[in-house]
Amino acid sequence: MQKENWTSVIKPKKSLFSVNLKEVFKGKDLLFLFVKRDFISIYKQTILGPLWFFIEPALTTVVFTIIFGKIAGIETGGIPSIPFYLAGLTCWNYFSDCFKKTSNTFIENQHIFGKVYFPRLITPLSIVISSLIKFGIQFILFLGVYFFYLAFTDATISPNAYLLLLPALIVLIGLMGLGFGMIISSLTTKYRDLRFLIQFGVQLWLYASPIIYPLSITEGKLRTVLMLNPMTSILETFKYGFFGSGTFEWWMLAYSAGFTFFILTFGILLFNKTEQNFMDTV
Amino acid sequence: MSITRVKVENLAKQYRLGEVGTGTLSHDLNRFWHKVRGKEDPYSIVTDVNDRTQNSGSDYVWALQDINFEVKEGEVLGIIGRNGAGKSTLLKLLSKVTGPTKGEIKLSGRIGSLLEVGTGMHPELTGKENIYLNGAILGMTKAEVARKFDEIVEFAGIEKYINTPFKRYSSGMRVRLGFAVAAFLEPEILIVDEVLAVGDAEFQKKAIGKMQEVSEGEGRTVLFVSHNMGSIKSLCTRSILMDNGQIVYDGDTKTCIDKYLSANKSEQDKSLKDIKTRTGSGKLKFSGYRLLNEDNKEITEATSGEFLRISVNFDLYENVNFEKVIFALNFKDNYDNILVSFVTDEMGIKFNPNPEKNIIDIDIPELMLRGGQYHIRLLAMEGGTDKSDFLDEVDNAFTITVLSSDYWNSGITLRNQEAAFSKGKISLK
Repeated sequence: MQKENWTSVIKPKKSLFSVNLKEVFKGKDLLFLFVKRDFISIYKQTILGPLWFFIEPALTTVVFTIIFGKIAGIETGGIPSIPFYLAGLTCWNYFSDCFKKTSNTFIENQHIFGKVYFPRLITPLSIVISSLIKFGIQFILFLGVYFFYLAFTDATISPNAYLLLLPALIVLIGLMGLGFGMIISSLTTKYRDLRFLIQFGVQLWLYASPIIYPLSITEGKLRTVLMLNPMTSILETFKYGFFGSGTFEWWMLAYSAGFTFFILTFGILLFNKTEQNFMDTV
Repeated sequence: MSITRVKVENLAKQYRLGEVGTGTLSHDLNRFWHKVRGKEDPYSIVTDVNDRTQNSGSDYVWALQDINFEVKEGEVLGIIGRNGAGKSTLLKLLSKVTGPTKGEIKLSGRIGSLLEVGTGMHPELTGKENIYLNGAILGMTKAEVARKFDEIVEFAGIEKYINTPFKRYSSGMRVRLGFAVAAFLEPEILIVDEVLAVGDAEFQKKAIGKMQEVSEGEGRTVLFVSHNMGSIKSLCTRSILMDNGQIVYDGDTKTCIDKYLSANKSEQDKSLKDIKTRTGSGKLKFSGYRLLNEDNKEITEATSGEFLRISVNFDLYENVNFEKVIFALNFKDNYDNILVSFVTDEMGIKFNPNPEKNIIDIDIPELMLRGGQYHIRLLAMEGGTDKSDFLDEVDNAFTITVLSSDYWNSGITLRNQEAAFSKGKISLK
């Protein structure tokens, strides 16, 4: 008789913690092809191509400057309003892209998932990476505007050593969006209700984050609530590094990092549990 | 000796019927409550055997139950059965698209599954980009695809279009490209579901040839689902027959196909009233038939070259305008190929508006069929030949056995073979 040496065994229920990261790593070619596909297919048959990535935050910044800056007269903490809004929006767009797009993973890809198996985690990961490319392009726009203000105006902008935290901030934003997105995508395979919530929920969340106002102008209970928002310290740190004004506390950043770690772990576990049987309910 | 590549043990898969929505949450909560108390899932007890024609009221069915089999290296296993027998579900479980409810599947070696060709190909990308993408989705590395790239393009026969976006391809080209990528997969276990049904005849031949080459030459294990008994016969060394989610027979391919066909036949031998697999509005339903000879005597078998009258009875459930009725009858072979076809409108036949006995007689003065078993398809339509005009269609209504005879008076009886023949003469010049 042959010895039992099977390369894989398919069983009814995978345990919650059987995340196969080695398998995900083996699929890295697929990961990058997905990224390429997402990126290329967005701007095919457009004239401006990736330029559209500039136009979106630029126009939003103009609108914000008019409505919140001029009409409502909300303070921006001594920073010129255009780079202030653009800084917040660039970060926020990355977060909302990661969150919204990964939250549709199972529903949008059911035709592929229903026909062939590959480590499902690759799909949301590829979304985070292709969104990172988009973020990179929008970040260049921000840098352009930022250097213009730094060199040609006498605005009080003082870049400082906290800029070194930038890579960590970007990673935190991406992973937090991924974590939240995976949780939502796992839950929506059975109950679609959450999809509607996400549509406007992310929109509302923007106003609960220090993007059109600095944290420093809030106080009391409102300030406490805002600080519970894990995006708050990331956005504040980003602006603190570039502009030299705002609120920065190590413990706040640590809170955001801890929160991200928790959400990401929970998201991966839930996603991993859902992937085996989701085709039956989606 | 040879290695077991696939071992399936007590595999079962449960599906919930109806819509997922209200009720799902309450079932989930109930299930969770049973689990907390350490009891058995309350819904696995009430689950039915999967017979789609009978509605027994339960919300859950076993799409697969008690599946056990092994496949060795180099073996090509055919999986046959009626629609809904569980074949595709089995392949889905094997390829990890969805998980089993009970049981285990053990695999030894890399697995490649082809439940569809061209999965994940993107319309905006070029043929070249899609080859890499599809290859990666199927489990190849970039280097592997690069090594086989030229062969893939050649096999698909689309050199000219390789840098054109996929959306400009004809549907035939899409299939060719999809299959070409899959054909160069090199897993130890290959799972194929009916993908050969697409594409033109020439390409199908090429695809089957490639699969044979893969299994014989390279010792790959193939699991193959098809309704085309011809390709099952030519490819598979062993077959399993499935019905209602269970394995009915596991053994050599010929016996398996015979069993499958005769199982279908036993369904036909009942009175036509009991046949459930029929389409049409049902205003008129075929209810029975008789075979008669020239003297209007009932016969059990027809004979090559002799008179045959097929007398079909029907029941009327609603008013039908018989002046507009078109009736068709086909003789088919075991592989569903239509050999002879009668259609009344082509024959210039108009029925009188008021039938008395509700019988249609088909008179065939000389039955030009060789000895064998022929399956009869009956179809009545009102007003036109669209699907929406169908009154009743019974695909395998009954079987007629034709006995061979010495039609040409040559002293040689026609050889048995399900085929039509014709009057004619052959001469050498």
